[in-house]
Amino acid sequence: MNNSFLRISIWVYLAIFFLYLLGPLVIMSITAFNSSGFPRMSPWECLTFQWFGELFQDQRILNGIKNSLIIGIGTVILSVAMGLAGALMLTQIWPKLRATYYTVIIAPILIPGVVLGISTLVFWDRINRMLGLGADSFLSNGIFLTVIGQSTFIASYCMLVLVARLQRYDVALTEAALDLGASHAQAFRKILLPFMRPAIASAAVLAFLASFENYNTTTFTFGEYPTLTIELAQKVRYGITPAISALAFIIVALTVFFALLNEAKLKRQELVAAARKNATVEELAGKIKLPSFFTGNIAAVLLVAFAVVTITVIGTAATYSPAQCIADVREQKQLEAEQRIQELRKQREERRKQQEAEKAGQGDAQTAPKPSNNSGFGNVFAPNSLDGSENESNEGASETESEPSNNSGFGGVFDPNSLKSD
Amino acid sequence: MSAGVGVDLENLWIRFGDFVAVRDANVNINGGDFFSFLGPSGCGKTTILRAVSGFLEPSEGNVLIGGKNMRGIGPNKRPTALIFQNLALFPLMKVWENITFSMEIKGASSAERRKRADELLDMIALPGQGDKLPSELSGGQRQRVAIARALCAEPHVLLLDEPLSALDLKLRQHMRTELREIQQRVGITFIYITHDQGEALTMSDNIAVMRAGVIDQIADGKTIYNDPNTAFAASFVGENNVFRGKIKQVMGTEALISTNRSGDLVARISTANQGKMKEGDSAMMFIRPEAFAIAPKAASGDHFVTARVNHEEFEGNVFNIFTEGEGGKEIKVSIPNHGQSFEDHTGQNITLEYKTDNAVIVPAGELAAE
Repeated sequence: MNNSFLRISIWVYLAIFFLYLLGPLVIMSITAFNSSGFPRMSPWECLTFQWFGELFQDQRILNGIKNSLIIGIGTVILSVAMGLAGALMLTQIWPKLRATYYTVIIAPILIPGVVLGISTLVFWDRINRMLGLGADSFLSNGIFLTVIGQSTFIASYCMLVLVARLQRYDVALTEAALDLGASHAQAFRKILLPFMRPAIASAAVLAFLASFENYNTTTFTFGEYPTLTIELAQKVRYGITPAISALAFIIVALTVFFALLNEAKLKRQELVAAARKNATVEELAGKIKLPSFFTGNIAAVLLVAFAVVTITVIGTAATYSPAQCIADVREQKQLEAEQRIQELRKQREERRKQQEAEKAGQGDAQTAPKPSNNSGFGNVFAPNSLDGSENESNEGASETESEPSNNSGFGGVFDPNSLKSD
Repeated sequence: MSAGVGVDLENLWIRFGDFVAVRDANVNINGGDFFSFLGPSGCGKTTILRAVSGFLEPSEGNVLIGGKNMRGIGPNKRPTALIFQNLALFPLMKVWENITFSMEIKGASSAERRKRADELLDMIALPGQGDKLPSELSGGQRQRVAIARALCAEPHVLLLDEPLSALDLKLRQHMRTELREIQQRVGITFIYITHDQGEALTMSDNIAVMRAGVIDQIADGKTIYNDPNTAFAASFVGENNVFRGKIKQVMGTEALISTNRSGDLVARISTANQGKMKEGDSAMMFIRPEAFAIAPKAASGDHFVTARVNHEEFEGNVFNIFTEGEGGKEIKVSIPNHGQSFEDHTGQNITLEYKTDNAVIVPAGELAAE
C-alpha cells in the first residue's frame, strides 16, 4: 500500500515534470497551425499552414537564419579547434599547474555573456584602431566579431567535452604509433583524432547549438549581421505572430528528427557489434549477415514514421486550403460581433432610460453607474475585445465590427498587429 | 628479416628529480640474443626499456644500438619495436590494419599491406582473422597480434615489456615457448622485461637481475640459479633457504660459516665473491630445497642440518618438508618422488644432508621480499 502510493507519486511527479518541460513546446507548436492571428491554442479556429508560408517569405527571418548558420559554422570550427588544443594542453601540462590552468580555461563559462560581448567589441575595436583600419575593416565585421565573441566561452564547453574523452585515452597508443615509425603529426592524425572523433562530433553539435541560441554576447557584436535570435527579439518587441510559432515548430521537429537519427544510429552500431561477435571468420572476411535495419531498433522505426508523417504533412499543406473555414469563422465572428453590438445598444438604451428615470427621481445625485463603454479603459479588459480588434486589422475591418474597439480608451494600442497594419 | 644487432648500455643513469631509477647500468647484449631484465616491480627495468626505445633520455651515459649512439634520436627513428605491457593495440583499427600500421606510415598500398598482414597472421597462427577488431580477440590472440605488429616494422631489436603478465598461467606457459620460437625464427635481438623468474629462465640466453635501480648480476640462467652474486639474486630467482652467519674459515673456494642456529656448515663461495670474503665477515649461505637429502638419524658434521619438522605436503613430483628455520622462516626441503615410500616426519627432528657444491655463500645483504 505504502509502496504503491510511492509508485503513484513518482508517476505523478514524472508527469508534472515532463508537462513542465514539454508543455510550452507542445502548445507553441499547436499555435503554429491555428489560423488565429495571435498565437494561441484556443479557441481553435482553423487548421492552417499559412504561418509557415509567411515565415518563409519573411526576408529578415531568412537572413537571420543565414547569418546564424554562417556564425554557427565559424564558431564550431574555432571552438572545437581551441577546445581540442586546450584539452590536449591540460593533459600535457605539469601536474602542479593543472588545477590553475583548468580554472583559467573554465572561467569564460562563468563570466556573463554580456561582459564577454562588450569586451570583445572593445578589444577588437582597439586592435582595429591600432592597426589604423577603418570602420569597415575585417576586424569590425559583425560575423568575425560574433564568431570570436561566442568562441571565447563556447571553446570552454568544447574543452570540457573533449577532456572527458581524452582522459580515457591511453597515451601508450601514441607511443606505440611513434615506436612503429610514425611522426608526431601522423600519430595525432591516425591515432588520437580517430579516437576523439565521437567527442569532437558532440562538441561540434554543442558548439553549434550554443552559437545558434546565443543572444546576450551576440547582441553587442552582430553589427550588420543580425542572427536569428536577434531578429526574433526585435520582432517580438513589436508583437508576436504565429509565424514565430511556426519557426519554433520547425526547430522542435528538426531536434526530434536528429535525436531519433542519432538514437537509431547508436542502436544500429550496437546491433552490428553484436552480429560481428557471433560471426565466424569466413563471414567477417566476406559478407557478414547483418540484422535488417528495423530489427530490434525502435528508434529507426520511429524515425521512418516521423519522416513519413512529415512528408504527408508537407504534401497536405501544399494542397490544403483553409480559405473556406477561415471565411466561415469570419462570418461567425461578424455575426457574434453584430449580436454583441445589438446587445450593447440595448443595454445602453436601457441604462439611459434607467438614468433618466433616476434623474427624474433623485435630481442631480452622482450615484449613477457609469456606462461601461465610456469608462477610461473602454473595453480593453473585456475578454473579447482583443479578439475583435485583431480580426479587424487582419481581415480589413468592417464598420460594424470596429465599433466596440474604437470606443476603448487605448484604441488598438495593445493589438500586436496594429503597427503592422498601419 | 633483418638480423639482430647488439645493444649496449654504458654507465647509464636515469633520474627523476631526486629519485634514481637506474644507477650506473653497464650491459652488453649480443645481436640475436634473447636477453631478459628480471626484477621486482619498481626496480627500474621498464625505465631501461624506455631508454632503449627512445621514450626517455638517460640522465647520464649512453644507449648504443648496433654500436651507434642513440642520444637525441627519437623512438620513431630507432630500429627498435616495443611491445607494451597492455599491448596498446589500436582499438579502432582492424587486426590487419594494426599489424601493418608501420607500412601505412611509409605509404604502402592497401594491397601490399593486406598481403603482408596475411603472411604475418599465418606466422602467428591466426590465419584469416585480419578483419576482426582487437576487442573481438582473446588475450592470447591479442598478444600475438601485438608481436606481429612489432615484427612488421622489421626492427633490429624487439623490446617486450612484461607482455605475458595479463595472461592466465596455461597461456603464459604456452606463449613462452612460442615467443622463444619466434625469436629463433626471425633471429633478431629480443630484450624482455619480466618479474617472473620462470619466464626469464626458460626463454633467455642471458638475464640481468635488477634490484632498486642496480643490476646485481648478468649471466645465463643456469649461472644465475646456481651461482648467484648477491643475496638478492639468490633469493629472488627460484626458491632458496637462507642461513645467516659469519665466515669462520676460508678454505680456497670453500668456506666454513658459523650459522646462527645450525652450527658450523661448509659451502662453496660464489664465483664472483671468491677471494673477497675473509674470516669474520657476515655472510649468507643459500641451499635450494631440492639440494637437500634426508640423512641417517645419527649423522652429524659440517654438511648436515638438524631441524624439527613443522609440516609436510605432497606436491606430486616432490614431497615438501617444512622445518623450523631461523627468524620465523621455514626451511623448505623438496624430496623428488621416485615412487618410494615416504614416512611422516611431522613433529620429529630430522637430519638433512647436502653437497657442499650445492650450497653457496654470498656476502650478507638484502633479501628479495616474499
